[in-house]
Amino acid sequence: MSNPSNNDRFKTNRQLLLYFLHGALPFFGLSACFAALVSLFDMVSPKIISFMVDSVIGEEAPALPGPLTALLARAGGIEALRQQPLRVAILVAAVGALAALCRYFFRACNARGAEKLTRRMRDELFGHILYLPYAWFGENSIGDIIQRCTSDVETIKRFVAQQLTMLVRTIILIVLAVGFMAGINTKVMLASTLFIPVIIGYSLFFHVRVGAAFEKADIEEGKLSTIAQENLTGVRVVRAFGREIYERERFAKQNDVYTGFWVHLIRLLSFFWASGDVLTGMQNLAVLLTGAVLCVRNELTPGNYIALVSYNLMLTWPVRMLGRVITEMSKAGISLERLRYIMNAEEEKDREGAEEPPMTGDICFSHVSFAYKGSPSPVLTDVSFTIPAGKTVGILGGTGSGKSTLMYLLEHLYDLPPENGKITVGGHDIAGIRLSHLRRNIGIVLQEPFLFSRTLKENIGIAREDGSMEEIRRAAVIASIDETIASFSDGYETSVGERGMTLSGGQKQRTAIAQMLIRQTPIMIFDDSLSAVDAETDLRIRQALKSATGDATVILISHRITTLMQADQILVLENGRLIEQGTHRELLAKNGLYRKNYDLQTAGLEEGGGDDAEG
Amino acid sequence: MPKAEENVKLRFFGIPKLLPYVRPYRRMILLMIALGGLSSAIDALYPLFNRYALDHFVGGRTLTGLIPFVAGYVALVLGQTVINYKSTYDCGKVEMYVNRDLRNLSFDHLQTLSFSYYNQNSVGYIHARVMSDTGLIGDLVSWRMMNFIWNGSYLLGILVVMLLIDAGLAMRILLLVPVAAVLMTWFQKKLLGFNRRIREINSRITGDYNEGITGSRTIKVLGVEKKMIRDFKDDTGEMYHTSIREAHFSALFISLVTMMSSLVLSLVLWRGGLLTREGLMRIGTLSVFMSYALEMLEPVQNIIETLSAVFAIQVNIERFTKLLAVESDVADTPEVIERYGDSFHPRKENWEELYGDIEFRDVSFRYPDGDEFVLRHFDLTVPKGRNVAIVGETGAGKSTLVNLLCRFYEPTEGKLLIDGRDARERSQLWLHSHIGYVLQTPHLFSGTVRDNLRYGKPDATDEEILQALRLVSAEQVLNRMEDGLDSEVGEGGELLSTGEKQLLSFARAILADPRILVLDEATSSIDTVTEKAIQNAISTVIEGRTSFIIAHRLSTIVNADLILVVRDGKIIERGKHAELMRQKGYYRQLYEQQLIIENEEAF
Repeated sequence: MSNPSNNDRFKTNRQLLLYFLHGALPFFGLSACFAALVSLFDMVSPKIISFMVDSVIGEEAPALPGPLTALLARAGGIEALRQQPLRVAILVAAVGALAALCRYFFRACNARGAEKLTRRMRDELFGHILYLPYAWFGENSIGDIIQRCTSDVETIKRFVAQQLTMLVRTIILIVLAVGFMAGINTKVMLASTLFIPVIIGYSLFFHVRVGAAFEKADIEEGKLSTIAQENLTGVRVVRAFGREIYERERFAKQNDVYTGFWVHLIRLLSFFWASGDVLTGMQNLAVLLTGAVLCVRNELTPGNYIALVSYNLMLTWPVRMLGRVITEMSKAGISLERLRYIMNAEEEKDREGAEEPPMTGDICFSHVSFAYKGSPSPVLTDVSFTIPAGKTVGILGGTGSGKSTLMYLLEHLYDLPPENGKITVGGHDIAGIRLSHLRRNIGIVLQEPFLFSRTLKENIGIAREDGSMEEIRRAAVIASIDETIASFSDGYETSVGERGMTLSGGQKQRTAIAQMLIRQTPIMIFDDSLSAVDAETDLRIRQALKSATGDATVILISHRITTLMQADQILVLENGRLIEQGTHRELLAKNGLYRKNYDLQTAGLEEGGGDDAEG
Repeated sequence: MPKAEENVKLRFFGIPKLLPYVRPYRRMILLMIALGGLSSAIDALYPLFNRYALDHFVGGRTLTGLIPFVAGYVALVLGQTVINYKSTYDCGKVEMYVNRDLRNLSFDHLQTLSFSYYNQNSVGYIHARVMSDTGLIGDLVSWRMMNFIWNGSYLLGILVVMLLIDAGLAMRILLLVPVAAVLMTWFQKKLLGFNRRIREINSRITGDYNEGITGSRTIKVLGVEKKMIRDFKDDTGEMYHTSIREAHFSALFISLVTMMSSLVLSLVLWRGGLLTREGLMRIGTLSVFMSYALEMLEPVQNIIETLSAVFAIQVNIERFTKLLAVESDVADTPEVIERYGDSFHPRKENWEELYGDIEFRDVSFRYPDGDEFVLRHFDLTVPKGRNVAIVGETGAGKSTLVNLLCRFYEPTEGKLLIDGRDARERSQLWLHSHIGYVLQTPHLFSGTVRDNLRYGKPDATDEEILQALRLVSAEQVLNRMEDGLDSEVGEGGELLSTGEKQLLSFARAILADPRILVLDEATSSIDTVTEKAIQNAISTVIEGRTSFIIAHRLSTIVNADLILVVRDGKIIERGKHAELMRQKGYYRQLYEQQLIIENEEAF
């Protein structure tokens, strides 16, 4: 995790939260107002009931505030009500209806605020992440970023829409209930409220203590899930080595650990819930007793007694939940921190005055050295070469020789520090070329192509939205994938990826080639992009490509000599250094690494040919 | 999405299938039901204390009997506390134990299923059965069930008390319950549909993130950031509108329920008021009715909510029980298990040595999910120690023979003989214990390099491990890593490159010292020079072992004792390299294409 620096866009969690809340705040404000109204109306009912019990059913003289007395007088006085208790009942129903209406608006406003907040968080995160430098993805774990974008977003939504709301509502409720109780009788009010801090304190104490245990249980579950995941993905290995017993024991053991953990937790929780019942029970008893004693002493009417009992009951649950809500709210801080880390990462930016030059010129690497962040040894050391416009260049190199890195640098996926050399296209330093322009003009087929969870048609046409079906098919034909696609029952409408069918490595590569060809870029790069394709298809594609690439500058990376040999020029890389350079023939004559590779790859042929000659 | 999820049907037929899994805990469950019911019944009694207080103390203007009153109340609270502690703890235990048992059961069962099952179901799908369906079922047989008990007995308790203290008023109130229930059911069904859609969109959004992050390089080089963001906003927008509509319904629902509660309350006030005024009812009784009026709809709502959750879980129950019911299409016979043991209880004392003669006798084969025969009346004899290479285009079916050899599938007709005996006469575990298999897509387990290499030979010493690594030229992989054999490889080996993973998995297979060695395009992601080194290693390693090598780089297999050429799933040529070259058939064509002959202009 990065240290907070002064350039951070969001310096505090609060700042980030307010940014995310933009547009949602008015709704949360409204929902708080309605919440207050709900509580207020809820407080009125017991008042009416108390009036009903004492003055309508009982014989007490009505003790009402001034305006209500006038209203009562106009309605025919207390005697009229005593004849028609239905009117009071209707009043209760009416107040209930008003409370219900406010409740509806409270929930609707709250939900709107919550959804606005969530949508904004998601959109902002996604939009930001796509523009982060490629290196950032290497420095952060993918699973972790996704986790942040999903569960941390969810946590913050819950924090604002549920926990914060609940906290506000509970405070309003406590204030109102205590106020109304105090208005009736201070002693009973005290009997009830004295328990509130005890209950909240107990619940806080408990939740703070078990909080860590919950996290531990989550970790144990993660471990169990990973064991299952690895077993399922590695099922062939498990079977081929006959290791079912080991796998079963490993799973069962972790399963026991995880289960035992939860059983322990549930025991604690059960104890907490049960003991909470005792506290609540005592609170109710205290109110009941005080009330009853005061009634007997004539300090309280039965109606008021019933009202006090109702107010006390209203408090019970919200107060009991408060401890948990407060503890869970502390999680939001961590989640905000985690999102702030993402939002503070700096997006890729064009240099000031970035240009959009034509990209048809020579590509020139001069004295390029490069090391990945955190890696002690350089991938590339002082590499210089020129690829003349419109020519085809092959690059040969072993695993880890730095071939792909060269291309990533050309795409400006990584920043090349000025002291580490320079890459130019048509004489323009790529560091000064607008990123979107640079990438729009370079087509690359990656070694491990990535297909989107969309249809094949959309995948091929993704970078050219105006591409017609005709063009898509043409590209697919050149990439030798058209026939395969036609053999699928849904043809070009076949979905691939996570929610569709799985393509083989070779089929993916060919789809990616079509995806690049349709863009008709002046620079085309094939990064070992036929490695998963068999020789026959490889040949077919290469022949088709010859005509399709036209005037483009083509870079072929491979360790198959057959792929490289027709190139105008071949570069040989070893351990990040350019060790040989020349045409196929020149390189063969050199007797170096290229020759060695050639000999290895053609060994069988000569032997076979020899046998043939003998026979 | 399967159709079954689309329509909301009210059905419970999955539940009886769960009985066997809860049977071990039936005592605990019965006790917890009894205690839970008792506890809720006690809850229904509390308003009676109020009634007593109002009618006896307040109405009678006396404090006599206060001590027994308090003692009774406290005793009830404490008694209930003990009951609640015991029943919730038991409930949690039942949940966790059933979860655990189901996870173990399904995991173990999966270890016995054949590859046709794995080919037809994605890992994500199977994983969800093991990890989340089990949780839902455990929840169902514990908390969900207790919800019925708690709310049901509370409702019953209220009902009984109301009928006992004033049957007339009770009947009037009860008339409202069915109306409320119908309304609630309607809303629940509506909400169930919404929730399903929300979950669906939610998983789409998670998928979008996954794609945006794992595909970041592709997105950048294609320059499609704007399009991706636009499409993402479509999804979050849809989520927004769906969630708002859902919230609207659920707000309406909650408001209506509370409004109904106040209707019941006003009914009680009106009728009860009249009765009390006429002296037919006492204030205490009226207060009991008022308490119930406010509380009786909540359990009804809870029951309906629980029911709707139970409907939703039906799909999961079905999927889970279906998983357990799947039978492996490669299963050992009872006689074989009797003698050699099953996958979990091998009887190694009865295991014979595996010598290494392999014979396919008149084998015909069709994949269980395919309808075309890929092998017809195929015969092949491979004496111990011979080296067979299988070549052909990608997707031509090169792995079929190996799948049969490893008994990942059984021949549809004919038989596979190992050391002259039908493979089915010995257990799968016996065979697998003698096979070393290196896959094209190597799979490593999270843990250290040492853990991984020991996978096939748990007691291997470091010396043996290093020797195996040297044999496949994998020392350089180790040199690159900081902690040597103790270096972590990451989940699925993510900290290593594909080539490195292939080297390690190769070493792992060698270390197990198998009688039969299968290399399935094991070196495709390794550069030529390293591959050559491995080729040399292979020729040493396969010495004395029967081996099968699948390759698409033909230069690697020219020395094989026998080469089988596969095209369109069928074996069309067989022979040694020189013979096949002389035949001038498909093999020669493949071979020449791979090499340089067609490019005469280069010379």
